[in-house]
Amino acid sequence: MADLRSEFLGVKSPNPFWLASAPPTDKEYNVVRAFKAGWGGVVWKTLGLDPHVVNVNGPRYGAIWGADRRLLGLNNIELITDRPLDVNLREIKKVKRDWPDRAMIVSLMVPCDEESWKTILPMVEDTGADAVELNFGCPHGMSERGMGSAVGQVPEYIEMVARWCKAHTRMPVIVKLTPNIADIRHPARAAKAGGADAVSLINTINSITSVDLDNFSPEPMIDGKGTHGGYCGPAVRPIALNMVAEIARDPETHGLPISGIGGVTTWRDAAEFLALGAQNVQVCTAAMTYGFGIIKELTAGLSLYLDQKGMTLSDLQGRAVPNVTDWQHLNLNYVTKARIDQDLCIKCGRCFAACEDTSHQAISMSPERVFEVIDAECVACNLCVNVCPVENCITMERLPAGTVDERTGEVVRDEHGDWTQHPNNPMASAAE
Amino acid sequence: MTSMTTPGIVPGRLQADDYARNFDDLYPDFEPHEAMVAADRCYFCHDAPCITACPTEIDIPLFIRQIQAGQPEAAGKTIFDQNILGGMCARVCPTETLCEGACVREMAEGQPVEIGRLQRYATDTLMAKGIHPYERAAPTGRRVAVVGAGPAGLACAHGLARHGHDVVMFEARPRPGGLNEYGIAAYKTPHGFAQDEVEWILQIGGITLRHGMALGRDITLEALREEFDAVFLGMGLAGVNALGTEGDDREGVRDAVEFIAELRQTQDLSTLPVGRHVVVIGGGMTAVDAAVQSRLLGAEHVTMVYRRGRESMSASDYELNHAATEGVRIITDAMPVAVHGNGAVREVEFAYTRQGPNGLEPTDDTFRLPADQLFRAIGQRLDGAPEELELERGKIAVSDTGRTSLRRVWAGGDCTGGGEDLTVTAVAQGRDAAADIHTQLMG
Ligand SMILES: Cc1cc2nc3c(=O)[nH]c(=O)nc-3n(C[C@H](O)[C@H](O)[C@H](O)COP(=O)(O)OP(=O)(O)OC[C@H]3O[C@@H](n4cnc5c(N)ncnc54)[C@H](O)[C@@H]3O)c2cc1C
Ligand SMILES: Cc1cc2nc3c(=O)[nH]c(=O)nc-3n(C[C@H](O)[C@H](O)[C@H](O)COP(=O)(O)O)c2cc1C
Ligand code: SF4
Ligand code: SF4
Ligand code: SF4
Repeated sequence: MADLRSEFLGVKSPNPFWLASAPPTDKEYNVVRAFKAGWGGVVWKTLGLDPHVVNVNGPRYGAIWGADRRLLGLNNIELITDRPLDVNLREIKKVKRDWPDRAMIVSLMVPCDEESWKTILPMVEDTGADAVELNFGCPHGMSERGMGSAVGQVPEYIEMVARWCKAHTRMPVIVKLTPNIADIRHPARAAKAGGADAVSLINTINSITSVDLDNFSPEPMIDGKGTHGGYCGPAVRPIALNMVAEIARDPETHGLPISGIGGVTTWRDAAEFLALGAQNVQVCTAAMTYGFGIIKELTAGLSLYLDQKGMTLSDLQGRAVPNVTDWQHLNLNYVTKARIDQDLCIKCGRCFAACEDTSHQAISMSPERVFEVIDAECVACNLCVNVCPVENCITMERLPAGTVDERTGEVVRDEHGDWTQHPNNPMASAAE
Repeated sequence: MTSMTTPGIVPGRLQADDYARNFDDLYPDFEPHEAMVAADRCYFCHDAPCITACPTEIDIPLFIRQIQAGQPEAAGKTIFDQNILGGMCARVCPTETLCEGACVREMAEGQPVEIGRLQRYATDTLMAKGIHPYERAAPTGRRVAVVGAGPAGLACAHGLARHGHDVVMFEARPRPGGLNEYGIAAYKTPHGFAQDEVEWILQIGGITLRHGMALGRDITLEALREEFDAVFLGMGLAGVNALGTEGDDREGVRDAVEFIAELRQTQDLSTLPVGRHVVVIGGGMTAVDAAVQSRLLGAEHVTMVYRRGRESMSASDYELNHAATEGVRIITDAMPVAVHGNGAVREVEFAYTRQGPNGLEPTDDTFRLPADQLFRAIGQRLDGAPEELELERGKIAVSDTGRTSLRRVWAGGDCTGGGEDLTVTAVAQGRDAAADIHTQLMG
């Protein structure tokens, strides 16, 4: 069994799986259940200053499902904690004392003035918590009051608040980023400039999951009206992965510790975040969907994967970052063609429809429903691979150097050649 | 040319490839894609009813989730953590009355998650990799005797060996496995799986198998108690109930378990003789297996006769439907009153039964079935239990953890009273006894 013990900003936890700041970490009762189940740490549900906020008293969630009700995406209009500050602080202190080996991070969101942060930070410090996470992410409700993503969308504010926090506490400071922004690197750079020790991402994405077509209101509907909420769960993972990778490979933030969040559901999702540069992961929706018991699959799965690869946890962290590059650096001499395994093909014709109607007319269909790739047309787009219902029935095979690509009539070259060197590129750096 | 209609008990009623087809896997292993689709149906229920319904309490939602997450090996480990014979159980458990019967999707849609087949997919994947996922603890110097290398004995031996104890297994038969090797229907565990599984279990180390050693014949309990720190008895039910019907001793009349054991040990099934008209008396799993396998060997007419109603049969609906699909005729509420014939059985006479003041009784309404072969399958019983042991309704009396009336002697499986006589129950009892023995030895 691979060693999953993990350290983030010097905060130790028995595994790299934390519960994200959200209902699962809302109070002592939940958090203790989570620790008993085996979670490595928690980011406590975001605290604010008293008087505490109130939540709607109707439905908070909307969802997207697969055909068998598998929950694919969740949307929420919940605010930060709706319990008094001192109740939360008391519970945090107690849980941290009872579970010293687990990471206890406290998420915070207070108005954008130095005094507010200066007030709350010592209170948190007093609980013995390991670190704070600044919630600059909530896209609904709190942002209307100038907090949450209203701060997270303005890099200057992020930098300013991070600096205040660093000035007023000795605890490590994690800045939680909102994805509701054009380029995630800017808020990450701002966090770093403000002295933050790490970033965590993503918070939820602005969304309307569905519209009630009888009452003409977004879901979840509260008395005939709805509002945009924060989207999370498996559906947001690709967006989160990209944002994590962008920060990990940005020279300005490279090396800044990242806690990866967004749709982590199985060990595999976690491994992907880690490979793209996250040092640990946080989970919310998967726990909310299936309960805390999923931690067993997450830990056993990651451990088995590491064993099978003969890697340690730190070997995996950031392992894929060097391979994330810009489009312009992709090798144009890497030429592939789709190949159909006729033994696996069930003759549904989906590849044909996709290629014929929407791509490059590179698949032929015989009267006997035999589907074959026409190399002279195939641009290797991969669409047929993705629409074929049979796994591995269509594969992409690389043409060896020296062979002729029938589509271009050109000999496939051995050496790397990308857009930066291409003759069609007016800015090409290398001559032909 | 011998065929299905050849009279008498003869071999070779079918073509060579018919045998191969008839006795191949009833449910072949899932392909990976099938497994993913089947796994996707599991809801990961809280406090899942399927777990409670499994006598070994396998964490079913967890292992199915591990299949969903692309790690059938991890799923296999989750299964073996609770049930070291998880591979066999995946093949032979009457899941329709256990885990799958309790699955919430059975309740909702009449279509449970296919837990048994998913379990097989997971365990087969791990075993095919030749991985034995446990390590033996440092030797403790304690020695335990295990009598009987069936599911109960094997589960107990593995548990003990894992804790570092030295185990010697005494097995009366030439091969280990118990009814896995000599009883279970051939099509449930083809391709030598029972022996492969035993070998895989023994990889833990620290277990010595001694064949041809029968308690009561070659060894005594007293001697074992002297030589070993503890003894576990898992000898199953070696005795067979008699019909007590006139003509019961005619040629062609035989115990179903003996026929099945011979079938399981026959390499070339075209050499195994079977009747044209076969009658099986009984309503349990053994009766079903004898009947179905007679059909699969080429018997033209096979009839199962049970003295009570269908609802009282211990074979599940699923097993009975399978028998019916294979062409077995099932007659209920009738009991044999005479076996007719001249030396060999020719006909069996039955009387319909009714509930009388003193229990079940025959009526005057009788009928005869032609038979050149008659199988008795009306239950097994414990035979030759050491006298010093306390019994309870004919079986060894045990506590929850398998303690018998004798100090340092445990028992489990079919030879004891608790639970149903199933492979999985035997495994649970062997496992739990091992845990208790370990606590006692180290305490
Ligand atoms: C025909 C048939 C079909 C069945 N089908 C199924 C099925 O599909 N699914 C299911 O779950 N269950 C089935 N069962 C029941 C299942 O096989 C048993 O419940 C299970 O094998 C019990 O395990 P055990 O270890 O207690 O006993 P056994 O499997 O009977 O093993 C006992 C072992 O002890 C040995 N032994 C006996 N006496 C002595 C002695 N004196 N000294 C030394 N060794 C001795 C025996 O040779 C044997 O190897 C079936 C049973 C039969 C008879
Ligand atoms: C109901 C709900 C409430 C949340 N509340 C908070 C919060 O108070 N503070 C916060 O930083 N993030 C909050 N989040 C966002 C999560 O912490 C997490 O960033 C997001 O859900 C993405 O992770 P996931 O896909 O694993 O759910 C909330 C999410 C949900 C679903
Ligand atoms: S999940 Fe619990 S709190 Fe929420 S609506 Fe259902 S019963 Fe009520
Ligand atoms: S989509 Fe796949 S299975 Fe269907 S015809 Fe094309 S290659 Fe065959
Ligand atoms: S009861 Fe059925 S759906 Fe629920 S966990 Fe068990 S197998 Fe899955």
